[in-house]
Amino acid sequence: MENYILKVENICKSFSTVEVLHSLSFNVRYGEILGIIGENGAGKSTMMKILTGIYLKSSGDIIFEEQKIDLKKPVDAKKIGLSIIPQEFNLIKDLTVCDNIFLGSELRKNRLLDKELMKKKTKEMLKVLEVDISPDEKIENLSGAEKQMVEISKALAFKSKILIMDEPTSVLTINEIKILFRLMKKLQKEGLTIIYISHKLKEVKEICDRVMILRDGYFVTEKKIDEITLEQMAESMVGRELSQVFPKKNKPSDEIIFDVKGLTVPGVIENISFALRKGEVLGLGGLVGAGRTEVSEAIMGLRPVSEGEIMVKNRLVSIKKPADAIKAEIGYLSEDRQGSGIITSFSVIHNITLVSLPSYSNNTVNWIDQNAELESGKKYQKLFNLKAPSLKTHLEFLSGGNQQKVSMAKTLDTKPDVLILDEPTRGIDVSSKQEIYRFINSLVREGISCIFISSEMEELIGMCNRVVVMQDGKVTGILEDKDINEEEIMFYATGIREGGN
Amino acid sequence: MLVLILISSFLSPYFLKFQNLVNILRQVSYTGIIALGMTFVIIGGGIDLSVGSMTAFVGAVVVLLMNSLNTVIENEVIVIIIGIATGIMVGTLVGAFNGFMITKGKIAPFIVTLGSMAIFRSLTLYIGNAGEIRSSNILYGEFGMESFMRIPVPVWVMLILAAVLNLVLNNTRYGRYICAVGSNQNVARFSAINVSFVRFFSYTLNGILVALSSILLASRFNAVSTSNMGLGFELDVIAAVIVGGTTLTGGRGTVWGTICGAVMLGVINNMMNMVGVSPYLQGTVKGIVILGAVYIQRQKQ
Ligand SMILES: Nc1ncnc2c1ncn2[C@@H]1O[C@H](COP(=O)(O)OP(=O)(O)OP(=O)(O)O)[C@@H](O)[C@H]1O
Ligand SMILES: [Mg+2]
Repeated sequence: MENYILKVENICKSFSTVEVLHSLSFNVRYGEILGIIGENGAGKSTMMKILTGIYLKSSGDIIFEEQKIDLKKPVDAKKIGLSIIPQEFNLIKDLTVCDNIFLGSELRKNRLLDKELMKKKTKEMLKVLEVDISPDEKIENLSGAEKQMVEISKALAFKSKILIMDEPTSVLTINEIKILFRLMKKLQKEGLTIIYISHKLKEVKEICDRVMILRDGYFVTEKKIDEITLEQMAESMVGRELSQVFPKKNKPSDEIIFDVKGLTVPGVIENISFALRKGEVLGLGGLVGAGRTEVSEAIMGLRPVSEGEIMVKNRLVSIKKPADAIKAEIGYLSEDRQGSGIITSFSVIHNITLVSLPSYSNNTVNWIDQNAELESGKKYQKLFNLKAPSLKTHLEFLSGGNQQKVSMAKTLDTKPDVLILDEPTRGIDVSSKQEIYRFINSLVREGISCIFISSEMEELIGMCNRVVVMQDGKVTGILEDKDINEEEIMFYATGIREGGN
Repeated sequence: MLVLILISSFLSPYFLKFQNLVNILRQVSYTGIIALGMTFVIIGGGIDLSVGSMTAFVGAVVVLLMNSLNTVIENEVIVIIIGIATGIMVGTLVGAFNGFMITKGKIAPFIVTLGSMAIFRSLTLYIGNAGEIRSSNILYGEFGMESFMRIPVPVWVMLILAAVLNLVLNNTRYGRYICAVGSNQNVARFSAINVSFVRFFSYTLNGILVALSSILLASRFNAVSTSNMGLGFELDVIAAVIVGGTTLTGGRGTVWGTICGAVMLGVINNMMNMVGVSPYLQGTVKGIVILGAVYIQRQKQ
């Protein structure tokens, strides 16, 4: 008989009356990296939350190291050695990196906090992850990727036996992912068991020993990693065959619709210039910290710009706050979904119309036309195959990927001419990704232009007409059609080569 | 709520008498009106501690103004109209002052309104020489005691305002925005919502409602006691809002919930008086009810 560190038997989970996990059973071996994949809303995060005491199971057994365990709250799980890197950041934004990492398990010396030691340990951990942030930095000043790295350090700060990672790489770029994978291999050698959830199937193939597939709360199959191909993974996830991932690129016209000249935010980005043509998808590439998100925030009036001008359709526009940008018909999807994209205590509909609300209430008393809102909600639900109990459900009850779809709908609902999408497919499953690519493609065919920020090389390569590569807040190169490939992007992103075009 | 009414009617047969019910409603209407404004402030993630002082201040200004106008203008109706208009204006300005300090001065709402609570009480004492200001306008006193279809005027005002503000909260852009700002200010900012204005306006609205309440309250006694009027209102008002289901952290709440909260507190008060609970103990009972109500809400979430 084989030795399992964890046995999950017939777990069911219902939220109020809806059952989302149907008698799920699986085993985890000592020291393996087990991948779990499945569509948005398949129940991956819910299962993991049950394993870490965040949710209570409705029925079923969890057997950890031959012992039946009963998890009532997160500490119970932590105590026996089950820790999780959650899908949504769980950091306190007013505290420093160091404080967050040791939150709840502060190191003490003579009953006082041992600040020096904690700082030293934090520094060591960040060094292993090769991230360049100070332990005293406040969380709110960090980018999505940096937050993710802090979240990883936080989970590693406890000595655990099983580490669950729920989409840890969704905001990371190639380099950080490499570092993370190296670290995972090292931890595995030291005896740690890892459960790894991701929508990036290639990564799963690369790092995992075994993969388990869920669909709509049911167990579908489980395979050794070298016994299954990427296509098979994708197909058993969605339960049907998948066609070509990326649609054919649109050929943009020559008309320049959006022009940025010399955009500078002191200490963050410097002298950024690029032009966007009508019907074009322009990618922004680079490593974490290259300043891509900062560029979009500067365009949206969310950061104080010291120099530079922005032309929309050959007219100079002054953007001091997001409302100005919306007026100039620029739409923006933020990378930080929970921090700045959606309101989790609002319903699906109310989130979708949050930015476009004036167009639903265009009368003297600003009365909202709730029927029109409902219609829009239905439209996007169909368009993005949104899985939600109802359009009135609060977003906190939706799976991560479905929240992302709502966020996307919100951006599109203002009907912008220029779309800035920062990590639009973050946490979205393969088939919905296709839908979103197709949708972006149909938009640009209608003459909308799109600035596309992504950490996934494939997306940049598959979607963009041109790619602006950045490093350290500066543009290091602009790649066109045939030149867009992984090596070229990396050359410019790491600063090995500079200047092109 | 229903349970409460049942218990009350059981404890005292007098409770269900029409006159008693009307009395309760009248008593809660003054703080109830203010609680409507406070609902918006709290949903927006703020708090206003200065409502009691503001009530006294507006009342004092109105009565003093009317007294001096009475000597020049014959027609009492005109005097009252000018008085009321000025009162509303003063309330608006005072509320706007709070809102301005909070949004433009970037000072925490708790601090700002703690300051203005002291300021307006002291100004009231100053302009009224710390005594009682009697109104010389007889008609004004009558209008405050008036009833319409056997229901007192302030109760009508409260109900109509509640109906209107309920629509504002649920059906207009402003209502949606205040919830957004209270839920997540950062998302609101990224969504092109003018966060400062939305918050500013909630304090101003609160000021207007304080003014209305104050005008009605002053007319009920046809006088303003500078040291006593509105004293402790902030606690009753905030309690009504919280018991009514609005979360102190902001983001969600309902107008009718607040009205229920206010009435509930009124019923408890009334019941304790009738059963003969020592007035010194009444505060304890009220406190327990508030804690209990909030605890039950927590459990539901
Ligand atoms: N707290 C909750 N209350 C009610 N329903 C919930 C709650 N959390 C999750 N759900 C529902 O459970 C289902 C599974 O969600 P879960 O978050 O586990 O999906 P997931 O597989 O992690 O998806 P994703 O890839 O999008 O992160 C979804 O349909 C979701 O709407
Ligand atoms: Mg998930």
